[in-house]
Parts: sequence; C-alpha cells; structure tokens
Amino acid sequence: MEKVGRIVRVAGPLVVAEKMGGSRMFDVVQVSEMHLMGEIIEFKGDLASIQVYEETGGIGVGEPVYPEGEPLTVELGPGLLGSIYDGIQRPLDAIYENIGDYITRGVSAAALDREKKWDFMPLVKEGGRVEAGDIIGMVQETELIKHYIMTPHGISGIIKKIGQGQFTVEDIIAVVDTAKGEAGISMIQKWPVRKARPYRQKYNPDTPLFTGQRVIDMFFPLARGGTACVPGPFGSGKTVIQHQLAKWVDAEVIIYIGCGERGNEMTDVLMEFPELVDPKSGVPLMRRTVLIANTSNMPVAAREASVYTGITMAEYFRDMGYSVALMADSTSRWAEAMREISGRLEEMPGEEGYPAYLGARLASFYERAGVVKCLSSADERTGALSVIGAVSPPGGDLSDPVVQATLRVVKVFWSLEANLAYSRHFPAISWLNSYSLYNDVIRESITANVSEDYFDLQAEAMRLLEKESELEEIVRLVGIDALSGPDRVVMLTSRMLREDFLHQNAFHDIDTYSSIEKQHKMIDTIIYFYNRALDHLRMGANIRDIEEMGVRDRIARMKYVPKEEINKIDDIKKDIDSQFAAMIGEKS
Amino acid sequence: MLKEYRSIISISGPLLLVEGVEGAKYEELVEIRLDDGSIRNGRVLEVDRDHALVQVFEGTSGIDLENTRVRFMGRGAHMYLSPDILGKVFTGLGKPKTENDRIIAEKSLDINGSPINPYARDYPNEFIQTGISTIDGLNTLVRGQKLPVFSGSGLPHNRIAAQIARQSAVLGKKEEFAVVFVAIGITFEESQYFINDFKKTGAINRSVLVLNLADDPAIERIATPRVGLTCAEYLAFEKDMHVLVILTDMTNYCEALKEVSAARKEIPGRRGYPGYLYTDLATIYERAGRIKGRKGSITQIPILTMPEDDKTHPIPDLTGYITEGQIILSRSLHKKRISPPVDVLPSLSRLKDKGIGEGKTREDHADTFNQLYAAYARGKEVQELAVILGEAALTDIDKIYYKFAEDFENQYISQGEYENRTIEETLDLGWRLLSVFPRAELKRVRDEFLDKYLARFKKDEDNQEGPGA
Ligand SMILES: Nc1ncnc2c1ncn2[C@@H]1O[C@H](COP(=O)(O)OP(=O)(O)OP(=O)(O)O)[C@@H](O)[C@H]1O
Ligand SMILES: [Mg+2]
Repeated sequence: MEKVGRIVRVAGPLVVAEKMGGSRMFDVVQVSEMHLMGEIIEFKGDLASIQVYEETGGIGVGEPVYPEGEPLTVELGPGLLGSIYDGIQRPLDAIYENIGDYITRGVSAAALDREKKWDFMPLVKEGGRVEAGDIIGMVQETELIKHYIMTPHGISGIIKKIGQGQFTVEDIIAVVDTAKGEAGISMIQKWPVRKARPYRQKYNPDTPLFTGQRVIDMFFPLARGGTACVPGPFGSGKTVIQHQLAKWVDAEVIIYIGCGERGNEMTDVLMEFPELVDPKSGVPLMRRTVLIANTSNMPVAAREASVYTGITMAEYFRDMGYSVALMADSTSRWAEAMREISGRLEEMPGEEGYPAYLGARLASFYERAGVVKCLSSADERTGALSVIGAVSPPGGDLSDPVVQATLRVVKVFWSLEANLAYSRHFPAISWLNSYSLYNDVIRESITANVSEDYFDLQAEAMRLLEKESELEEIVRLVGIDALSGPDRVVMLTSRMLREDFLHQNAFHDIDTYSSIEKQHKMIDTIIYFYNRALDHLRMGANIRDIEEMGVRDRIARMKYVPKEEINKIDDIKKDIDSQFAAMIGEKS
Repeated sequence: MLKEYRSIISISGPLLLVEGVEGAKYEELVEIRLDDGSIRNGRVLEVDRDHALVQVFEGTSGIDLENTRVRFMGRGAHMYLSPDILGKVFTGLGKPKTENDRIIAEKSLDINGSPINPYARDYPNEFIQTGISTIDGLNTLVRGQKLPVFSGSGLPHNRIAAQIARQSAVLGKKEEFAVVFVAIGITFEESQYFINDFKKTGAINRSVLVLNLADDPAIERIATPRVGLTCAEYLAFEKDMHVLVILTDMTNYCEALKEVSAARKEIPGRRGYPGYLYTDLATIYERAGRIKGRKGSITQIPILTMPEDDKTHPIPDLTGYITEGQIILSRSLHKKRISPPVDVLPSLSRLKDKGIGEGKTREDHADTFNQLYAAYARGKEVQELAVILGEAALTDIDKIYYKFAEDFENQYISQGEYENRTIEETLDLGWRLLSVFPRAELKRVRDEFLDKYLARFKKDEDNQEGPGA
C-alpha cells in the first residue's frame, strides 16, 4: 500500500506533514487532492517540512501528502531550446494553451513534448562499448545546435542495437548490454537539480568571453567558464545588461533565469529574441536560448528552485561540449525566497534574517560554473559554463549580505551606480569600483588573438579615468581654468572615454553590439588623440583650440559606425594629425 | 452547516488564536461575531493542528475570549462583480458602501487573483498621452505599465494623479476606459479631491471607488488594493476596457502589513518591515499589464509617500524594484514653486523605449529626451559649481548650461494643472530649449534630426552669437 502523510500545519509556502517516515530529505511530494508539488526540506521524527511550489491557500490540516519517492528533477533532451519554463520546469507555453492566461494550481504538463519526432542520427556503431557520458547520437535540434544524446549515468556496456530516423523523446533509440542486463536508452534523461552533474576534470578559465559591451570587454572582461555579478540599485541597468549578454555573448547556448522579477521582462525576451539574429550565424537568438521564468508574483518556493533548474540544464549542454552562459536575474530574489522559507521553518537567522547557509548556497551555485573536460570515455571534448548573476541590494547598499557573500565567490564585479544611471550613462558600470580577476589568465589569449596592446590601452585608459576623478575634485573647488594644460587634456580625453567609448546604448541598432575589433579601434583612436594632444601642447598649441577641435565630433560618432565599415575608424587618426598640423601651422 | 467556535485562546494586536478548530484552511475567510451582534471579517494566516491563527481586518478591540464566536467560511475572500460596479463605491473589503452601491453580481472572484502566465502577456507599447511634458517627453507612460509616484508628505502627488486620470488618452483612439480608484488610509479630503475631480469631468460614471480612509480599520488595508485590482482585472480582461488603477497611499498598506508581521513575532527585515515585503508587493504591482488576445489593459499608478523623503526606505526601494520605473517628486522644486515638481533625473519610465518613436510619438523623441536629460544633468552640476565658484567663474559653455537648466525647470517641467500639452508641443518645447546650444554639444541626437529639427528652432537665435562659433 502506498504511504500517505497527513498535514498538521500550513504557514504560507510551508506545510508540515506527519507520518512521512518512508521519505527522504529533498524528496518531491504532492500536497492535498489538488496535487500541489512540494519538496521535503526538513525532517523532525516523522514530521516533514515541505516547501510547496504553488500557492497553499485553501489547504488545511488533515489533508493528504503523497510522497513521490524521488528528488526534484528536470527532464533533459531535445526540445529544451526555445522553451519557456517556470521554476520547476513546467512549460509555460503549454500551460497557456491548455489552461489560459493565468497560472492556476495543480497544473502539470510534460516539460518536453512527447509527440514531436526528432531526426536521430547515431554516432556509434552496434557492438561498440559505451560508458556514461559517451555521445551515442545526435539530433539537429535547431539550426544552431546539434543536440548530442549522451549515455545516461549508471549505464555502461556494449551497444546491442541503435536506431536511426524519426523518434519521440520517449522512444528507445538504443539498447545497451550492461552487466545487469539490457538497458534501453531514450533521448530523455532526468537529473536531480540540486546535484551538480559530474565531469572528468575542471580547468582554470583561460579564454575571454566577449560580450560586445565595451566597458565589459575592454575593462572588466569575463572569461569563458567564469563567474560575474552585477549588483546595483533598482533602475541601474542590471536587467538590460543581462539581456545584452543573453543576446550578444559569444556562447553557444544561453540559459536565462528570470528569478522573482517582472513578468513583462520575460515577455520582452520572448518577443524580441525570435526577431534578433545571432551576429555570427544569422539565426534567431531564441534558437539557442532556454528561458526560466518564475516571476515575482509566482510562488516563492518555485523561485527558490528556479536557479537549480536553470543551472542543471546549463550543465547538460556543457556536457555536450558547448560553451554555455547562464544569467540569473536576480539572485537576491532567490536569497529572499530562502529567507522566507527559513523564517517559516523558524531556523536561527543570520544577518538581516537570511539563513546562516546563505553563503554556502551561493558558493555552491557559482561553483557549478567552469571549464570542464566532459565525462566521456571516447573523446576529449570540453565544455564551459559561465554564470552571471544580478544582485539587487536594498537601497543599492553593497554591504548587503547577498552582495557580500556573492563577492566572496565570483571573479568579476560590475558595480552599477545610481549616479551614472541618473545621468543616463549606460551601462552604469562604475569604471572606478568594478574589477575583473580574469585579466591575468586571459592575457595570453588576448594578446595572441585580439591585439598586442590591448592591456596597454586598458591600463592607459584606466589611468586617465582615475586621474580625472582626482582632478574633478580640484575643478569642483577652483574651476577648470586652474588646471594645467596637460591636466586639461586628461579631462578632455577622459570625457571622450566616458561618453564616446564607455557609454553604450543598448537600444541603438548599431551601438548595441561592438565587436572586439571595433572596440579596439575605438579606444586606440582616443588614446592616439590623447598622445597627439600632449605632443602638440608641448609644441605650443593652445588648450582651448584643442578642446574645440572638429575631430571630436568624428570620435563621438565612432560608435555608430556599422560593422562593415569599421576600417573607417582608422581614418580618424589621419584627421587628428591633419587638424593638429593645421593648428600648429596657424600659429607659426 | 458552518460550525461556530467560542474557543479564542489569545488575542494579540490584530490576531486571534482559535483552538479546537477542525478543517480550517489557510487563507480561509472568517466571520467573527461579537457579543453585541456586530460582525467582523478575518482570514486565516496559519493553521497548526487544531489551532487557527486569524487576522481580523477591522481590528480586535471589543473582542473577548468568552463570548466572541468565530466561523470559518469555507472559502477565501471574494469580490462580487458585474459591469454595474462602474460608478459604485466599495469599502476597503469590497462591500458596497451604501445601499445604492449594491449590485447584482454576475460572478465572484478571489481577491488574491492568480499570477498571469508570463507567456500570456503582451508587451506594453502603446503610448498614453498624459499631456504632462515631464511624463510624455521624458518618462513616457504606456498602456499596461505600472508607474508609481514617489512623493513626500505635503507634495502635490494627488494633483498629478488626478491630472493623469483626467487627461490620459491614446492618440487617435476612442476606446472604452475605466478608472479604479483605490484609497488606502488617506484622508477624507484627499479622497474627496479625486471624487470631485471625477465628477467634474464625468469620469465618475466610469469609475470604481474602493475606499479605506484614514479612520477605517488599518488591517483592512491589506485587502483594499486586492479588491481594487480584482475589479480592474474583471473590467480589463473580461469586459475589454482600458483600466487605469490609482492606488494611494501604498505606504499605509505597508504599515498594515508590518503591524501584522510584528504581531506574529516574525523576524523583521530592514527597518521592521517583513522580509517578504518584496514578494507581497509584487503580488499587487504585477497585476498590471496586457494579455495576448485580450482587448483591455491595466495601467497602474501607485502613489506612495516616502518616509522622510528617503528613497532608500524599504517601501519606495522595494516598489522601485518591482515597478517599471518611477516618477519622483522633489521638495526643492516644490519650494521653488515649480509644479508639478517632477524630479527629472532620478525619475524613469522603463517602458518608454517601446512606446516612442516614429508612428508612436515622433521619430526624434528618443534622441531628444536623451539630450534633454544629459543637458539638464550637466546644467544642474554647473549650478552646483556656480554656488561654490560664483557664476562669473563659469566657462562660456557652462553658462549656457546654467541658463538652460533654469529655463528647463520654468518652461518644461512647470505647467498648469489644466494645461494639456500634445506630444508635439512637448517635443517642440524640448527642441526650443536645446536650440541654445552649439550643434556640437548635441551629441546624443542623430545628424538627420539635427538637420531636420534644429534649424526650425535655431532661427530666432540667429542674431545671438553662439559661443565657440
Ligand atoms: N545599456 C543601456 N542603454 C540604454 N538604456 C539603458 C541601458 N541600461 C539601462 N538602461 C535604462 O535603464 C532602465 C532600467 O534598467 P534595468 O531595467 O536594467 O534596471 P535594473 O537594474 O534591472 O532594475 P531592477 O532592479 O528594478 O530590476 C532601462 O529601462 C533603460 O531605460
Ligand atoms: Mg531588473
């Protein structure tokens, strides 16, 4: 007889049930006759505390709890790309078709389409030996992505039979002779979300991951397989940056998690991504993207699960050998969900009421990022998973426990500042407070593949901006006229760096994305201007004339040069030379 | 038959603990009958074995342990609805205010609603002309947006909200609209100000009023916005109307929530507000938007007064984290008699980009607003500088910025309570103000627009000599 528990307490998203002896921690259960999904998060004797992924209104004492006997899992297989799921992988499009405009309770729908047939291509032969993780075949899931079917965990042996042609995700595509007898393999696999998927070996990131965003790529670059965080007050541009990365980052698969944020922002992605094309392949971006949308008004327990659901899918694509990028907006909402559940459990609170394990949970989440040698006995493929989390501290205050715990684990910090956002300097990433700890590890790759002087330009631009902030103090007190000629050139150049380079409009068709080549040309031109200006100042040019030079206008418009014409940026240097020459000519 | 219990074992703040209860459900509606026969309403906050924790909307004064009887109603709080709610007045719990406000219900809906499936949403992108330059030009409102007003005590937020309600129109369209006005703990005068304004314009017949005033029960305020939004969802998504919801004052809502949380002895988050304030507010603010295939929409203008004018206070802070921008009012502009005193720099409409431009407002809109912002920001900096150094120390170009910031406040921000500017008027006004700058300063505007528009307004400047020219 199936064991059934009985509810003894309901407090918001937390339900406590008795007679739960047979179940284990983190097992999934169904609560009440409405079959609301929940997960066991604490045991005291045979009393299980359950976080319920749906609203618990109308649930009372005495109602049944049905154990499922397995932990929270996601379905992995063809059909993930282009999908939109809630925090526990219920397909929102199917729910919309079946139920309507609102998410009502107790609905369930298969995460992967059971009817759809995929064209399966075997990549191993009958009689060959396979181990867990070995690729046995492939489905061209979208124009962009070949979905490799891997031998599921726990299976190894000799391929007895393998099919080719049209199959649904549940059809058996291969039979393996294992030590324990025959095992059928279908294209669908399940994986418990709270458990990181295994790999053979982890490497240190060593290649840059370009994003097309100038302040990031030139100043605070990300590495493939790396981690980054974007903290900032409301309205400072966290979501726009995350969307920009999802659009333009040089990764093959994107997992975008809207965790406790706005419904309209997910709609925005859903409407825009099918229209936008990948700059390299020309294919709509949606074909490489999976969306997880557990918006702020959806149940908090499912929000808590959403980041795990997302990162498990990301690991799955990583295991195929892809470079995957995951964005989570916002990890603060995830932390708040943890806090709420922990409060209901009456756990001992840590800082600001967050549970004491906040730091550990954040760390183990970001730890699932990395460059790995994928599990396989047959090939040496590597995959990468890069993770970028937004953080929303109260009042933008960086002493917030979530920010602090995040900074302890991530390697890149893009600090968004309210003041920059108010003056509409976007992206509002502070050039003074942000950092990237990847500069050293990607140095070799960048000097070899981008340019020899990337780091020199970066350092020089940084130096100028830092100098500017010092000089600004003086200007504020005594006025610009008090500055020396060279200092005024610093002020002028820094302003160019800020307005004509760092400032980047996400909503401008051309400016939204800059290739690294274009970025390099732009910054090189500005630094060239700086050096020529200093030279000519020394030769007797008047600072006021330099400040009024016509070429400034061309520099300001570099960002709007379309990608086919970026060589025209090189011509600006000639303009700079000739205008300086003319200036000196006039003098003599 | 519903069973009645006379087993209240403790009363603390707005909460009752009832024992010996069978089958009570979380979130269930409760009726409390006092000794004098009066009835109060409550809802179940928690059930624990045979104990039920009940929050009483009208407060617990007068409730005693011996004689008060409690009934569990077997359902959650509902709002009774029909198209006749237009023109009617309801209490903060959704009951008809007077006999005249009774309706014959066509259906009833749970006031908590259900989350809109993000996949079902349609992106808000239809420009609403409010006739107010600081909104239309700089913080454009679109249908289905939630755009709060962050105000302070004594600032004219009601005036702005009423002006928006009065003047809002979608260009070139005559469609069914409705206003849901939700008063949360505001004074009688304040609420009367709106009602009189609706009466004057005739909007009253297209309005639903949900009123919890300052002397109404405080805990009831937890239900009040939900009642209003349930009406709005019904009108928008079942009756195809474009609904504007005004929620004022959300600060009072948050105080009520705080009171309940404190009575439950929950671990408080920042400044004593419950840790789940963000999520709770989201379940209100997210009830705005458009739905694919439905004609209607819900646009929300929540108003809140920032305690001590502090934007980092949890109420404005968490609101800003949920809404799609914010209109912030400035006390210093108000003192300068600039009205409406919209603090342009920190105000923002996040959905403006989808609602402006060619075919919606005008092709040059995006560039000019970027330029106006930048110029005003610099103008404000220059003004600060001038305070320290004296105006004489400013460079020529800075002097222009200085003057621009002044003109911008007096001509662009400031406008009459009944002045209804078209979007063309607003955009042209922007150009006229920008035309004092040398062309090279207008970096945020595309050349084609400078060619096309600047010349029109530059003419009158011809005899004046531009600096640096
Ligand atoms: N790169 C950019 N280019 C142009 N505009 C931008 C850019 N980044 C941000 N913005 C502007 O700032 C607004 C707010 O940005 P965003 O929604 O990303 O903020 P956020 O930090 O995610 O806020 P919240 O924490 O409330 O979600 C946008 O709607 C847009 O108007
Ligand atoms: Mg955001």
